[in-house]
Amino acid sequence: MVVCLSVICLVCSALLAAVYAITAEPVKAAAEAKLNKAISQVVPEFDSTPVESAVEVDGKTCKYYTVTKGGELAGYAIEASSSGFGGAISVMVGMTPDGVIYNTSVLSHSETPGLGAKCTDPAFADQFKGFDPSVKSLSVKKDKGDVDAITASTITSRAYCAALSNAVSAFKAIVQADASGAADNVIPSEVGNSK
Amino acid sequence: MGKFQLITKGLIKENPTFVLLLGMCPTLATTTSAINGMSMGLATMFVLVLSNMAISAIARFIPDKVRIPSYIVVIATFVTLLQFIMQAYTPAMYETLGLFIPLIVVNCIVLGRAEAFANKNGVVDSALDGLGIGLGFTCSLTVLGLVRELLGSGSVFGFKLIPGDGILCFVLAPGAFIALGYLLVLFKKLTTKK
Repeated sequence: MVVCLSVICLVCSALLAAVYAITAEPVKAAAEAKLNKAISQVVPEFDSTPVESAVEVDGKTCKYYTVTKGGELAGYAIEASSSGFGGAISVMVGMTPDGVIYNTSVLSHSETPGLGAKCTDPAFADQFKGFDPSVKSLSVKKDKGDVDAITASTITSRAYCAALSNAVSAFKAIVQADASGAADNVIPSEVGNSK
Repeated sequence: MGKFQLITKGLIKENPTFVLLLGMCPTLATTTSAINGMSMGLATMFVLVLSNMAISAIARFIPDKVRIPSYIVVIATFVTLLQFIMQAYTPAMYETLGLFIPLIVVNCIVLGRAEAFANKNGVVDSALDGLGIGLGFTCSLTVLGLVRELLGSGSVFGFKLIPGDGILCFVLAPGAFIALGYLLVLFKKLTTKK
């Protein structure tokens, strides 16, 4: 009895280990392709490989990717998240060097289908294209902001805005960190002449 | 029972959703749209065929007392394999379905067929049984998803047919119960007439 169950478990785990070893590479490649696709969706055209770095915002580390075009900074893709209605909403937020949101793309969410899941629809997400957080307020109209919420999904809409706000504060931290990092202090000058 | 009947019985006579009422958890949870329901059905069918074959092959070596844990291990292995493979080679499909794949382990259809059919029959018959029941499950889930998608978001397989938002309730959990209830009645009415 014990022997039988042990043998079955042994065979099964061996099989799983083998398949895991085979699929580990493609899984990684697929995840990378997905990440690169998300990055290229949210930032202006670029010709470099995105450089991964991290910045600390309010005690939390925030991953971001820097892309350049012809040696000049093209933008940042910042991974930001906040908690929505059904769990964490993770959004890739593209920011141009002058602090304007270029585009956003949802990396993962577990919102209600037909309600909160509409946060991936262009009808909602497109309003953040070219959103300037220094002029407009990143909160839903119910909270006296400038964002049109998804009907019957205010919590999701708020979470989306919160994720974007996190990205904006991460962006500020990045610019600050780059400005104080003496050697490659190219960002402030570029802010002036890039747009 | 003929080989052909093994496949067709899963569609109507022993339809897992509408007659046996098995596997209600994934049925209610995943049928928010027709494509979700169909994909879940197909993924379940894949696991069902493989686990039925494996279990019918090893059933006579397994002592009675540990048969349930053994079956669960076998089923869980196939589900995890499916998850790995989908994640590696069909990442887009994994994205929509990923959440539901582990649910197949707890789908009592898979264990139910192992217990009721696969451990008493040969490998080929068990594979056909898995195929039949799987097809029945896929069809039921697609129909249920279709009804809910049409009423809930006014579209069919993602194509917008009716403008507007639809009856939101049908996309949510209560709509699953209501739609399933009416479909059960309809199915019963159609099958008893014959």
